[in-house]
Amino acid sequence: MTTTTPPVVGKPRSVRRRGGVMSSAGLYFAAGIGAALFLVPFYLIVRNALSTDAEITGENWKWFPTDIQWGNLTELFDDPTVPFAQSLWNSTVVGVLHTVGTLLVCSLAGYGLARIPYKHANKIFYVVLVTLMVPTAVTFVPSFVLVSSLGWVSSLQGLIVPGLFSGFTCFLFRQYFLGFPKELEEAARVDGLSYWGAYWRIVVPNSLNFFAAIATITFISGWNAFLWPLVIGQDQEAWTVQVALSSYMTNQTVNFHLIFMATAISILPLVFVFLFLQRWLVQGIAQTGIKG
Amino acid sequence: MSTTTTSGVAKSPAAAETPTKVHKRRGVRGRTLSFWLFTGPFLIGLAVFVYIPIGWSAYLSFFEARYTVTPSTFVGFDNYSYMLTNDKFTESLVTFTVFAAFIVPITWAFSLGLALLVNRLRFMRAFFRSVFFLPTAVSFVAASLIWKMSIFSGVRFGLMNTVIGWFGVENIAWLANPNPPWYWLVIVTVRLWLQAGFYMILFLAALQNIPPELYEAAAIDGAKQGWQTFRHITLPQLRATSTAVILLLLVAAFQAFDEFFNLLAKTTWGRPPLVELYYTALGENQDYGAGSAGAMILTLLICVVTLAQGRFMGFGKGEEAK
Repeated sequence: MTTTTPPVVGKPRSVRRRGGVMSSAGLYFAAGIGAALFLVPFYLIVRNALSTDAEITGENWKWFPTDIQWGNLTELFDDPTVPFAQSLWNSTVVGVLHTVGTLLVCSLAGYGLARIPYKHANKIFYVVLVTLMVPTAVTFVPSFVLVSSLGWVSSLQGLIVPGLFSGFTCFLFRQYFLGFPKELEEAARVDGLSYWGAYWRIVVPNSLNFFAAIATITFISGWNAFLWPLVIGQDQEAWTVQVALSSYMTNQTVNFHLIFMATAISILPLVFVFLFLQRWLVQGIAQTGIKG
Repeated sequence: MSTTTTSGVAKSPAAAETPTKVHKRRGVRGRTLSFWLFTGPFLIGLAVFVYIPIGWSAYLSFFEARYTVTPSTFVGFDNYSYMLTNDKFTESLVTFTVFAAFIVPITWAFSLGLALLVNRLRFMRAFFRSVFFLPTAVSFVAASLIWKMSIFSGVRFGLMNTVIGWFGVENIAWLANPNPPWYWLVIVTVRLWLQAGFYMILFLAALQNIPPELYEAAAIDGAKQGWQTFRHITLPQLRATSTAVILLLLVAAFQAFDEFFNLLAKTTWGRPPLVELYYTALGENQDYGAGSAGAMILTLLICVVTLAQGRFMGFGKGEEAK
């Protein structure tokens, strides 16, 4: 579909002389050990989220809680010290609007740069490219200075709007649209559709795969973002889930079971993404591989 | 900023054209209008939220700006010399260097190893790929929390202390004591866990792009499977990906913030540049002048790295470059 997509589907490997029983047993042994190690942190989250503090901090290591503490869940949401429910809501709003907004703004720009002939298009493309050199994290002080003078500290627009204009996402869309079959649009344009009409009726409906891949990646990075929400979320009401989690680590009183229940809930949406949208995720990674 | 100037330039020649070209002109003008309709919102946002902040910050960096973003005292390069002679800031650059020296080669080797492993599996390949990839979805904050509160908790109920306890080793204060600097183990493993799967995916895609004929030819020439083919075929074929991965890792390490901030909260050691900058600009002093100078210095440094990256890979060419 695009020229920049490396094929993700495995080709059958034609050379496989060495695959004796022993060596493949060794391979699976190594893979099994590795997989187990990679899953330990997930196991710890679940174990701790459903245990009592006494069991977590007990003298002897317990692999499983004696009684599964479902009550930890309600206790977490009743805890007045950290507004966890509010932070979940904030993260959801931020994650969704960040994704929708980024896709809308960046895809339009990417299409314009790729497909609409304009004599200064190249110069403008360089204006976009230059921003790729400077990761947004490095310029959080300048961005904070601007956003605070707009009066957007501790607000949802402060969390969302500055992140929408990703030079990198625009760049990805441009590359993608460069590879989009021209004949489709030209037919539409001959039929009298404007660029705008052709874009929404022909280009977007035929690019849903790519949009889904970019949306998945964008949502994950929005949900997991920390530095910017930390800088902007000066009031508790504007905390995202990540800032709330971080606050647990620096609190005076440490309630292990609540902390891990909060962690478990914070990664649930991503587990969902993983189970149901993995195809887009892997495709997105392959396409955005160049990104850090 | 630059967007408005180019649009001004664009319109004047069109208006000066002769009436005989009316038809063509309408087409050009329509296209120009469409172009701005599509790119306008993005470019305005880019100007306001990327170019203006950087420009403003460059301006602030020459002023004494504490607790204010509209300063009046011009101090020349004082903020720059303050940052560059400030032990904390230079130490943060050292911290970054140490961090990069660990994380870049380790993640490179580990993710390549995982890719080679997964690539050789015949059954359950998708399962293992998913398991290694799963941590990519977890945030640095959540991972730091697990590492700090459970795996590398300094007290006896931490998993690592429990494990080394089985071998009769005393508890180790992994994070709370910089001597010996065990905190590097915590910092490096958390990022390794989070990122290895991501780079594994990149390596897997590249491995599958290697033409199988190369291995067949090597086998005919008598090359032994294993190290020989890896050294002389796989590794050279992965050169473009390896270079990309190393530069990506370097840029990512430069931006490291989340895990250092959370794992080493309330400590004074192990602060990479962004954490140091956070405390300078948004800590007690709210010194936006010095903070801006620091941001400018870091921006220049990262530009050097990304320019090198651009030179190596060519923007946007990626895998196809080879």
